[in-house]
Amino acid sequence: MYGRKVKLRFFFILSILLILVLSVFLILKSLEENVIYFQSPSEIKSLPEILKKKIRVGGMVKDNSVTLKAKELKFVITDFKNEINVIYSGAIPNLFEEGKGVVAEGFLKDKNFFLATKILAKHDENYMPPEVKAAIEEK
Amino acid sequence: MFKYFQPNRIFSITSKAPKYVFILFVIVLSIGLVEALILSPEDYKQSHSVRIMYVHVPAAWITLGIFSSMTLLSVIGYIFKIRNFFLISKSLAASGLVFNIIALVTGSIWGKPTWGTWWAWDARITSMLILSLFYIMYLLVWRIYKDDEKAFKISSIITILGIINVPIIKYSVDWWNTLHQSSSINILSKSSIHSSMLLPLVIMTAAFALFSLLIFLMKYNTELIKIKNKGLDRL
Repeated sequence: MYGRKVKLRFFFILSILLILVLSVFLILKSLEENVIYFQSPSEIKSLPEILKKKIRVGGMVKDNSVTLKAKELKFVITDFKNEINVIYSGAIPNLFEEGKGVVAEGFLKDKNFFLATKILAKHDENYMPPEVKAAIEEK
Repeated sequence: MFKYFQPNRIFSITSKAPKYVFILFVIVLSIGLVEALILSPEDYKQSHSVRIMYVHVPAAWITLGIFSSMTLLSVIGYIFKIRNFFLISKSLAASGLVFNIIALVTGSIWGKPTWGTWWAWDARITSMLILSLFYIMYLLVWRIYKDDEKAFKISSIITILGIINVPIIKYSVDWWNTLHQSSSINILSKSSIHSSMLLPLVIMTAAFALFSLLIFLMKYNTELIKIKNKGLDRL
């Protein structure tokens, strides 16, 4: 139906696309460590050694774990399997709250202790009016 | 079959269309803005800054949609040698870039009060930035190469290189840990956005789509006029 040249161009595009997908996949696979924005407490626990460089730890702020004393904020990041204690002093984002997502940037002291230099609140994908939220909580 | 087309006949339609599209755009945008800024409720967590989403998310959708269409048009145009498809693709690119920049800027404005930072090198944001670079490269090719044949070929290659990035943008939030939240609107499963917030989002998307159509028609008309000036009655 179509000419030989049309077929040739079609397979040319198709092969370019396949090669590209494969190479991008391999590049991303090998760079995975850099692509992920933060590590979970479980991933920190399974590290073979304590990293000296700046890293980010993310998860939920554990309920009833936040204490603020003399401008020093202490809280626990949990992924419901493992936990890590965080100490931080500095600006706290508005959405930082117990039971909500958080990403802390800083240095590991040991596998249970993290010294944060910056914290970011992670927003989840739930959007609703306050009345709906109240109705859900009542249930 | 559809290899040849009469610029004159198309021009007679596309030269009249913009004013109607513009009126429709103004109407839909007004409804959308009233919905988004006044009628829709504030969010339980982020209160009024949720309203940034009604610009951010539609802009991101439109920019991804336009890049995908450009790629499809360029590939079909390249395989079947349809020059018109390249011109349509070229005319679409500008509004795609504009919405890409809008998505990045509004995301940044939202990120400061919500996350506590203007910018984060996470997978979603970085891949979106890369998309804008592909848009810029694409538009530059048409500037640099005066020879049409060359511009057709190289611009097609850029869209193919760039299209790999589109599924990465879409799934970055699922594949990797990112600061950006995962998508709230799912076709297969239940959406995690309340219906009162979904409505302005849909209307704003329609408004932005109309705006892209408007800019497209204006750009495309320019291309058709250029062809007419060259004295070609068909392409």
